[in-house]
Amino acid sequence: MATAYDIAMKQEKTEEYGSAPVVAVNHLRKTFGSHTVLNGISLSVNRGETLAVLGRSGTGKSVLLRLIIGLEKPDSGSIRIHGQEIAGLALDRMGEIRKKMGFLFQHAALYDSLTVAENVAFPLQHHRTEMSKSDRTGRVRELLAEVGMEGDLDKMPSDISGGMQKRVGLARALALEPEILLLDEPTAGLDPISSGEIDDLILKLQRERQMASIVVTHDLHSARTIANRLALLDQGNVVIEGNYEDLDQSEIAFVKEFLKLS
Amino acid sequence: MSSSRVTAVAGIDPPLQGRPELFASSAVNSVTELVNGFFEWFGSLGIFLWKVLRAAVTPPYEWRELIRQLDEVGSKSLPLVALAGAAVGVIISLEARYSLSRFGAKSMFPATLVYSVIQVMGPIITGLVVSGRVGAGIGAELASMKVTEQIDAIEASAINPYRLLAATRILACILMLPLLTIAADACGLLSGWFAQAMVEPLSFHQFIESGFKGATFNAFLPPTFKTAVYGLIIGLIACFQGMRTRGGAEGVGRAATNSVVLGSLFLILADVVLVKFILVVFP
Repeated sequence: MATAYDIAMKQEKTEEYGSAPVVAVNHLRKTFGSHTVLNGISLSVNRGETLAVLGRSGTGKSVLLRLIIGLEKPDSGSIRIHGQEIAGLALDRMGEIRKKMGFLFQHAALYDSLTVAENVAFPLQHHRTEMSKSDRTGRVRELLAEVGMEGDLDKMPSDISGGMQKRVGLARALALEPEILLLDEPTAGLDPISSGEIDDLILKLQRERQMASIVVTHDLHSARTIANRLALLDQGNVVIEGNYEDLDQSEIAFVKEFLKLS
Repeated sequence: MSSSRVTAVAGIDPPLQGRPELFASSAVNSVTELVNGFFEWFGSLGIFLWKVLRAAVTPPYEWRELIRQLDEVGSKSLPLVALAGAAVGVIISLEARYSLSRFGAKSMFPATLVYSVIQVMGPIITGLVVSGRVGAGIGAELASMKVTEQIDAIEASAINPYRLLAATRILACILMLPLLTIAADACGLLSGWFAQAMVEPLSFHQFIESGFKGATFNAFLPPTFKTAVYGLIIGLIACFQGMRTRGGAEGVGRAATNSVVLGSLFLILADVVLVKFILVVFP
């Protein structure tokens, strides 16, 4: 339940950015060779909102996130961040946009030659050069404490479990106080208890930071827990978009099949 | 029933034997693919080099990573390079003594050893040893980072991977190769003198004076500093192969192997051009 403070904060940010979506994707198309992964999809996410993108494996869910962060270039269509078109931006101009985004990769993608603390400090070392070493260390501890990893600062990524790697990846994604959070299969490969813990963590962070979040997942339970809206992709198209009740009441055969088997 | 009839019924392409037109077509396709692959590789390498150059000359500069790579490429390769240089010195010493004795030119031994080590063997052996150690290491490291999305994570963190990963490693190779070559040359001369002195008394002072008699800087500096070009080749090819890897563990292995093989090959081919260039520009 949103408190009066939450509502006031949201109103202040709405006045700053307007009611325009933070992330808006329009008629986005991407092919790899002869395989069309995204066939002109349109989605948007507002501040403080979490959109879960669901679908079968290989339907382009992860490609959507990679297009938004600029790791891939779309064949056609538009991607706007706070109203700024980024689809054709060169690598060196994407820098300022990317600093507003945090990305959690499916397998966390931690730098395996750095410790847990060094991984989280990495973006701060490069982009917060005005921070002293002690300030940076303090900030790293805060971030790791938020994700429950404050006791594992000096461990290497290979010394911690998959779930713990995701937590560290999440802390690293939050290092630059992003306005947009992109999560690629955050609970993939985790046991139900660890998945629940990651879901709770995402919910807590979302409540506190009011980011615009896009979560790609095939885990319907996780999507129901953390997302305000769900979008179901099939063969490169958005089949349905809405809250869980909208999906549950849908008469579309694919949606019924997806919900039945999830 | 003939074999061609059997394969036609079974829906299998008929064998090429006895069908020269198909064999020729297949051969032409193979050659075309090879030529296309050759130009595609060089084109991609050129684009990669351009991106690295652009990244290298625009701030913010990755000084910390560069220093780390100077240590990785330079000081950690030193023992291996020194050992290889010493071995080469002994080999040349043994061979030169035998050959020069046959022609009654034993007095030429110091100069022969000095010129052979510094102008020819020292640079090429250093290049090949570093290509094997550093080239494979960089290729495997960056390939592993590529397949585990670590390079994507660097890019997603608004950090230029060409600047952080490639430019630092290539610059480290360019700066360290001449220094490693000097080390290899020194070990080669020392070991070569020692091998000779074990058989015939020859003071080190005599050896140096005789070996460098009449020599100018032009004789020794260009062959040593041409190894900066070797460093460029080793670093560039290793970084290129690593950062374009696909295919998991197999891809990592392939990247490491290709880094060494292609790095060594282009290094030797470049040496042909560089030797001619040095002989023309520094007669």
